[in-house]
Amino acid sequence: MKEPLLRIDDLNVTFGAGFGDRPAVRAVTSLSLEVAPGETLAIVGESGSGKSVTALSILRLIPEPGRIESGRILFEGKDLLALDDAGIRSVRGNRIAMIFQEPMSSLNPVLTIGRQVAEPLRLHRRLKRREALERAVEHLKSVAIPDAQKRLGDYPHQFSGGMRQRVMIAMALACHPRLLIADEPTTALDVTVQAQILELLKERTREADSALILITHDLGVVARYADRVAVMYGGRIVESGPAAALYAEPRHPYTQGLLRSVPRLEGDCGGRLDSIEGQPPDLAALPAGCAFAPRCPQVRDRCLAAPPLLEAGAGGRAWACYGYEEGAA
Amino acid sequence: MNGRGDVLLRVEDLKVHFPVTEGVLMRRRVGSVKAVDGVSFELRRGETFGLVGESGCGKSTTALAILRMQEPTAGRIVFDGEDISRVDQRGLRPLRRRMQMVFQDPFGSLNPRMRVREIVGEPLKVHGVAGNRRRFRERVAELLDLVGLLPAMADRYPHQFSGGQRQRIGIARALALEPDLLICDEAVSALDVSIQAQVLNLLMDLQERLGLTYLFIAHDLSVVRHISDRIGVMYLGRIVEVAARDELFERPRHPYTEALLASVPAPDPIVEAARAHHLIAGEVPSVRNPPSGCRFHPRCPKVLGHCDRAEPLLEADGPARVACHLYADSSPAAAGAGQAGDLAV
Repeated sequence: MKEPLLRIDDLNVTFGAGFGDRPAVRAVTSLSLEVAPGETLAIVGESGSGKSVTALSILRLIPEPGRIESGRILFEGKDLLALDDAGIRSVRGNRIAMIFQEPMSSLNPVLTIGRQVAEPLRLHRRLKRREALERAVEHLKSVAIPDAQKRLGDYPHQFSGGMRQRVMIAMALACHPRLLIADEPTTALDVTVQAQILELLKERTREADSALILITHDLGVVARYADRVAVMYGGRIVESGPAAALYAEPRHPYTQGLLRSVPRLEGDCGGRLDSIEGQPPDLAALPAGCAFAPRCPQVRDRCLAAPPLLEAGAGGRAWACYGYEEGAA
Repeated sequence: MNGRGDVLLRVEDLKVHFPVTEGVLMRRRVGSVKAVDGVSFELRRGETFGLVGESGCGKSTTALAILRMQEPTAGRIVFDGEDISRVDQRGLRPLRRRMQMVFQDPFGSLNPRMRVREIVGEPLKVHGVAGNRRRFRERVAELLDLVGLLPAMADRYPHQFSGGQRQRIGIARALALEPDLLICDEAVSALDVSIQAQVLNLLMDLQERLGLTYLFIAHDLSVVRHISDRIGVMYLGRIVEVAARDELFERPRHPYTEALLASVPAPDPIVEAARAHHLIAGEVPSVRNPPSGCRFHPRCPKVLGHCDRAEPLLEADGPARVACHLYADSSPAAAGAGQAGDLAV
């Protein structure tokens, strides 16, 4: 593997102070991951698994009362968690950009599209207004917005959902970031538009040789677009590896259950789905052992005592489960 | 088509139009949004009919019109042999006992101030079949048990439940009056994958045990495929294709159905790598001003010369029905259809 572009070491994020009878919510626990230049890494998990918090931590955008307790986030040789405010601001929207789920609420409704797309260029590249707007037109054209020049003066409400998400992509890529983080970028869009947006994201990041972190709950989207996958459960990565290998032979019982519980577009159907019984864990009261143990069909005594650590194996694979041993049948 | 006994619900040429007005003092009607514009289909007893389409295609409005929660502008809704499209409010009450709905949002559709017992038992009280206190409590306990919740949970409030459990509460409420027809409008869309599978299994079990008929509305094709016997695909207020589940997925006829199927990524990287990704351009146009002729023609990769003028009708093509000029044998341009289609691909 090439020298990683981003490396997260042992990240811990909690919400709430945890005094009195209200324990702190452990949103992310002991999380480590790497992203190589040009790679698409998908972080998958269900709601509350910590995937969005992980993404927000990278840009230090965790809202109150959230707190990064410990860990390191190394990007281009710098620890992002050690930067001062000016330092992190020079990274945001410049070297690392982010696209959010809601194309409706993540654009400013009272500013024109042109001004918003030009903003990162004026801020980070110190371009003059005219020049920044000229570049904004090019960026809008590159995400296939028709009549880009004419639409500079339009406001977000004059754009459809899909077009707004295109504008977000144009904004995010304006400064040619090395890393783009997309948090559920197409969840609010219709499927035919979702496909267009994801193709566009993939193509534009490939052209720019940027890395992409794609945060999603959609296992189909992961299968189509990701090179590597990290599966999160209860605030931890429970399994990671190259997408093809992970789907072909999932090692963690949660990944196995997740892949079995998705209805398919091909093959047999109509029978019962293999669901994972039980509910996702309460992050304010995580068990002492593996967070998945209460729902795990293969649980054993050891799983209840201490959480398994992420173990690395051949082929870039890793898993956090006592039940799996590489080489064993 | 079939004998009347077979069909529980028949929707014929249903139209729901919303007026668009302008002006403050003098409100003038300047047009209409044809949310549902000539939809016909039928539900056979005991089957699941899936209705799919993207936002704004009219699938939810169709459901509301069937329940008469939205007045139809035109068309007929025949439920168990009786035309209910013109029945007055008083006459609707007994009908509503037989048709119930499960909503999308497990958070917004339960009153946060009511205990689960009151929520699930409310239909019994509204329809005056609650019986005495003991009978009422027993019935609620039965219903909770039916949907896989503990009867002891009846004293809790909605916020004490997870999304999946709340959706079970919504299902228990819908089943309280022992309906024949259950309309599920995006009933599992807000749930996580592993929980979604639990609720889908529950719905299928209940159908088998209680002989329910489902109208299952969703935008997620893989979910619809899993649960439905037959499927209708909607686009901008019209049904463009109706077919049995396997027929639709194996031999999609309408170019929109094909595009929808191609847009959904399969949860398998090997399948995905082998698949050609033919994307359709553009977005769904505004319902207020739909395209002329076939409403899909501006986005259609197989568009023919007359598609922008003549609106295709839903007609039989083998075991399916499709509204597309490519399949209309009687159409004057049918001879050239295949050729033009090939050129466009």
